[in-house]
Amino acid sequence: MIEEQSLLDEIESERYELLESPNYNFHFARRDFIKAFGLGIVFIVPAARALAQQSGQGESGRGGNERLPNDIDAWIHINEDGGVTAFTGKVEVGQNTRTTLTQSVADELHVPIDSVHLVMGDTDLTPFDMGTFGSRSTPTMAPQLRKAAAAAREMLIAMAAEQLQVEPKDLRIVDARFLNHDKSKTLTLAEVAKGRKLVKVIPDDIAITQPKDWTVAGTSAAKVDAKNYVTGKHRYTSDMKREGMLYGKIVRPATFNATLVSVDAKAAEAMPGVKVVTDGTFIGVVAPDQQAATKAANAIAVDWKSPGQPTNAELFDLLRKPATGQRGGGGEGGGGGSRPQGSITDGLAAADKKLEQTYTVAYIAHAPLEPRAAVAEWNGDKLTVWTGSQRPFGVRSELVEAFHIPDDKVRVIVPDTGSGYGGKHTGECAVEAARLAKAAGKPVKLVWTREEEFTWAYFRPAGVIDIKSGVKNDGTITAWEFHNYNSGASGIQIKYDIPNNDIRFHPSNSPLRQGSYRGLAATANHFARESHIDELAHAVNMDPLEFRLKNIKDDRLRDVLQAAAKSFGWGKAKPERGHGFGIACGFEKGGYIATCAEISIEPPSDKEDKTNKRVRVIRVVEAFECGAVVNPLHLRNQIEGAITMAIGGALFESIQFENGKILNPHFASYRVPRFNDSPQIEVVLVDRKDIPSAGAGETPIVGLAPAVANAIFNATGVRLRALPLVPKGLTVS
Amino acid sequence: MAKVTSLNVNGKKLAVDVDSTVSLLAVLRNDLDLTGSKYGCGEGQCGACTVLLDGVATRSCITQVGRAAGKQITTIEGLDRDGKLHPLQEAFIKADAMQCAYCTSGMIMSASALLSKNPKPNREDIISGMNGNICRCGTYQRIVDAIQIASGQATKEVTR
Repeated sequence: MIEEQSLLDEIESERYELLESPNYNFHFARRDFIKAFGLGIVFIVPAARALAQQSGQGESGRGGNERLPNDIDAWIHINEDGGVTAFTGKVEVGQNTRTTLTQSVADELHVPIDSVHLVMGDTDLTPFDMGTFGSRSTPTMAPQLRKAAAAAREMLIAMAAEQLQVEPKDLRIVDARFLNHDKSKTLTLAEVAKGRKLVKVIPDDIAITQPKDWTVAGTSAAKVDAKNYVTGKHRYTSDMKREGMLYGKIVRPATFNATLVSVDAKAAEAMPGVKVVTDGTFIGVVAPDQQAATKAANAIAVDWKSPGQPTNAELFDLLRKPATGQRGGGGEGGGGGSRPQGSITDGLAAADKKLEQTYTVAYIAHAPLEPRAAVAEWNGDKLTVWTGSQRPFGVRSELVEAFHIPDDKVRVIVPDTGSGYGGKHTGECAVEAARLAKAAGKPVKLVWTREEEFTWAYFRPAGVIDIKSGVKNDGTITAWEFHNYNSGASGIQIKYDIPNNDIRFHPSNSPLRQGSYRGLAATANHFARESHIDELAHAVNMDPLEFRLKNIKDDRLRDVLQAAAKSFGWGKAKPERGHGFGIACGFEKGGYIATCAEISIEPPSDKEDKTNKRVRVIRVVEAFECGAVVNPLHLRNQIEGAITMAIGGALFESIQFENGKILNPHFASYRVPRFNDSPQIEVVLVDRKDIPSAGAGETPIVGLAPAVANAIFNATGVRLRALPLVPKGLTVS
Repeated sequence: MAKVTSLNVNGKKLAVDVDSTVSLLAVLRNDLDLTGSKYGCGEGQCGACTVLLDGVATRSCITQVGRAAGKQITTIEGLDRDGKLHPLQEAFIKADAMQCAYCTSGMIMSASALLSKNPKPNREDIISGMNGNICRCGTYQRIVDAIQIASGQATKEVTR
């Protein structure tokens, strides 16, 4: 499928696990969704290619004899009572996409938000979707649903007009009611849908409402199901219960890459109600309750043979070595670099000052507060799994592969999930629960422990970045050579206007399992680039803001830089003693960002090394522009959250490992930002109604680390080039 | 092993049949199907499992159910009254003080204990009182806002 392949290329560089192609051979069986709906009207949006093959079909007939496209992007159902249900393969993991997509549907259909319900991430009910990642929901799914809703609106108006015996152009929809010009004739949505059983294929050329005319979108609608969360009623996967359900527990290898020598499960098997499941290297138990499952798993004696494996100390040397095997062969640009421009040699020759520096980033963990969880249930040969995942269809493929069963025998349902941040793309827990359930012949729930989540999930890639540059004394950057080893190519491209540049991503063999993370390598690449830019500004005695503006022509980037600087008061006042100001800017996934940070150097807290000082981020101003804003409230919330999360990776988060073991797999030893790390945050939204909306869950994370590193330099004269910057505090001589 | 046969939860006496050493969190979630209290770490480090024992904020994941027997246990499910939300629940919605909301129950229960000790906490009081609760989505400033709203202290900072 061409469209998906090009999307895959676009994001491949940050999606390590997608190197193994997912199964795209999706053909939606019409009978499935005809069955799924009762009476009412279904509007479906065929994928672009499918429509081309069936041009001329347009609006289809009644009675279920019509041909339907195999590839469908979206559909909407108007049920008999006038309620609207929209279906999308996207999932909700805290980014509030359920709310913003609901707003888009309501906006286009002219119905109240609370009459729209979204069915998300259910492989039997929703259209195929690659997954909820890469900030794609807002730019791609919202327009699809809008198309379905816009076409539905027009077709419903035509049907209502027929019922009311007026001209369609005399009708409009206001708050789910059809009205003619003098309101003498009205009809509700329910009255149009009642008694019908229709499937309509919408035309692809339907126009959608432009941001300047939005009424529901563009407003700060509250989280649609907030009440369920504040009352504890929402059922996450880990809260689910099924009739006869048992609890599972997996016996983990002693280290990564360990091989199984022997298993003795006699003691566990003797426990009441316990069943032990061994299958190759898979060892698990099921029991009537969680305690019994844990006790039984602990009673299994396993002998593992572990190979010697690297430690943190060797990491960056290892990452400089080229990848071998599947990850190899990508050295020239590695899929994320670009063709070199100009000549680095010439650029350096033209420079008054030259600079060469290395920057590093550590592995970090997503640590979603809801660990991986799954409930698996077999009914005959049909498997249903509820699980918290960002890729329901990807998890279905994993299950299909693991159990050698066809697609239509697996259903994956994703209840709104306790966060992901790019960390829940894989289906390990779903596969494990399904294996246990198959053996037990009963539904099984498996919830990973915090330690398992820290150890057996995957990490944001560590990386090494080398930069060589040249600058003239007037502040013109003349050369930019940039090599990223392992961390990835997201956000590697520059918006600085540098005639001679050579930017490359080099894959490596990662000693730890790695994958997506909010913004992924854009954080590493922005940290290195924006730190280095700061160093160049300092080298030619220019103000860091002025230096950036001198070298950036892109208006959207200049706008956010100036907006952030203005709100922060950049250049207006000097930081007080022991404080520092830093600035950084960037671009990624359609979003433009500028971040100003104020830090303070404080005495160590009781828990930290007494010889070192504590760095606190006390104030952050971030300006962000992602086209037309769909929901200012939730956008601000996302940006504030990204800044807060970024503080962890910037200051102290780092996975420690040795010989195939994670040394800090607990919140007590892996520090994440808490209330007392949280700064005063001011968000400046630049709303561009003239530009299509981009996603916003990721890019707001990238500016914080370099802004903080630059602020530390401003306060102390110490230049820190490794993330995390101050895991043990700051040594100031 | 000693058994626990009844618990006072949200004003009701409920029958259970569990070993006294099992965690209160497991009993609430698995035996009583009160799943509003969450498992986040199992080590008392994140606060997602917070409930009140005789009004005191308690990490139910590291509390043996035997220690809760005979005490008044309040969980998130017991906070609203006759369908009317508790002021903290209202305030969390108003301040948009959640994203994935997995931490929200624990946050609200910890905040409720904080407000019963200190009805008008300032921002510093809230930060130190709530520091044991993790919101990985990073909505801390909004949670501080929500607690201030719930305590009748809506300030200009709440307009974020």
